[in-house]
Amino acid sequence: MKNNRRTFIKLAAVAAAGLAVAPKAAVASSGGHSPAKVNAKAEHAKQWAMVVDTTKLHSAEEINKLAEICHKTHNVPHIEGKKEVKWLWHDTYAHTFPEQENPHLAEEVHHRDYMLLCNHCENPSCVRVCPTKATFKRADGIVAMDYHRCIGCRYCMAACPYGSRSFNWGEPRHGLDLSKLNPEFPTRMRGVVEKCNFCVERLAEGKDPACVEASEGALAFGDLYDPESPVRKVLRERFTIRRKPSVGTEPCVYYII
Amino acid sequence: MRMHYGFPIMAGLVIFIGLLCAPFALGTAVTKEYKQPEVKLPAGEKECVESTQFMRENHMQLLNEWRDYALRDGKRTYVNHQGKEFTISLQRTCMKCHNSKADFCDKCHNDAGVTPYCWDCHIQPEGLK
Repeated sequence: MKNNRRTFIKLAAVAAAGLAVAPKAAVASSGGHSPAKVNAKAEHAKQWAMVVDTTKLHSAEEINKLAEICHKTHNVPHIEGKKEVKWLWHDTYAHTFPEQENPHLAEEVHHRDYMLLCNHCENPSCVRVCPTKATFKRADGIVAMDYHRCIGCRYCMAACPYGSRSFNWGEPRHGLDLSKLNPEFPTRMRGVVEKCNFCVERLAEGKDPACVEASEGALAFGDLYDPESPVRKVLRERFTIRRKPSVGTEPCVYYII
Repeated sequence: MRMHYGFPIMAGLVIFIGLLCAPFALGTAVTKEYKQPEVKLPAGEKECVESTQFMRENHMQLLNEWRDYALRDGKRTYVNHQGKEFTISLQRTCMKCHNSKADFCDKCHNDAGVTPYCWDCHIQPEGLK
């Protein structure tokens, strides 16, 4: 066969095409995919969000009832005083909305108690400062914690403008009734930070968070980026405010006042 | 040539070497053959998530991957080599069959001298005391 420039270029083109295809074919045939997948029943969202209707849910007793359910579900220890660990709690108007203080506020609004929890911000400052990536933002917008990786430096607690994180100063199991544990969920250990996780373990099974389920309609939960979700429906119809909007973390817990 | 303090030195050496070899000559600590611990296997179930050999050799890697799948990737269903599906959870899957930490996990871990910190947070099926 005569070797001229034309045949050489043809051969080179075929070889180049082969090289381009080969690596992909090798990867496809080796079965290099993850053996884990998302639960079939799991709920999906782009950004989970919650609306708290403070016209319905505003007494300390009612909020404490929800907190008890939350804390029982997640084996959150009960510790009195400064070393307290909390996932869901309540506080006054002045502490909840310090930027929206107003000396002539409706008395009734001023005297309500406000349910507080992790805001699962769209732009979470805690995630930015965590040196070990123990706290991170999931694809569905939940700000989650990997307690295996937390070194207890508490940068996230300093960064969180809402005080949503608690540090386990002592052995958290000492603050638990060991006969009434939820055996489906772990406890935490000494020296890690913990917080509300929007019930990721329940969402993975297609259930609403425990507090939403127990709230009798005072809490709405859903995808912030789905116009048909219960959260968006409420946000469309009612006037809502968020905590400390000026710090720019874009909290995803909204309050109907 | 004469050795100073020859007798005490020799006697000391003999005693020292004797003590050094004593475990081999007398004791059973060194010569006894290692016996594998007898773990208590689940009564109802025959097959684990993967084969026995795989689990024996790789359960630590598997559990390590599981925790990242579930917690960080949000993937809570595991598909094994046979294509069977399992919920990724130490407490709700593993410990449902292996319903005794003392009779299963601890047996080997004690022999191997390892103390994994799983149980600092996870609740063993026996409950906490």
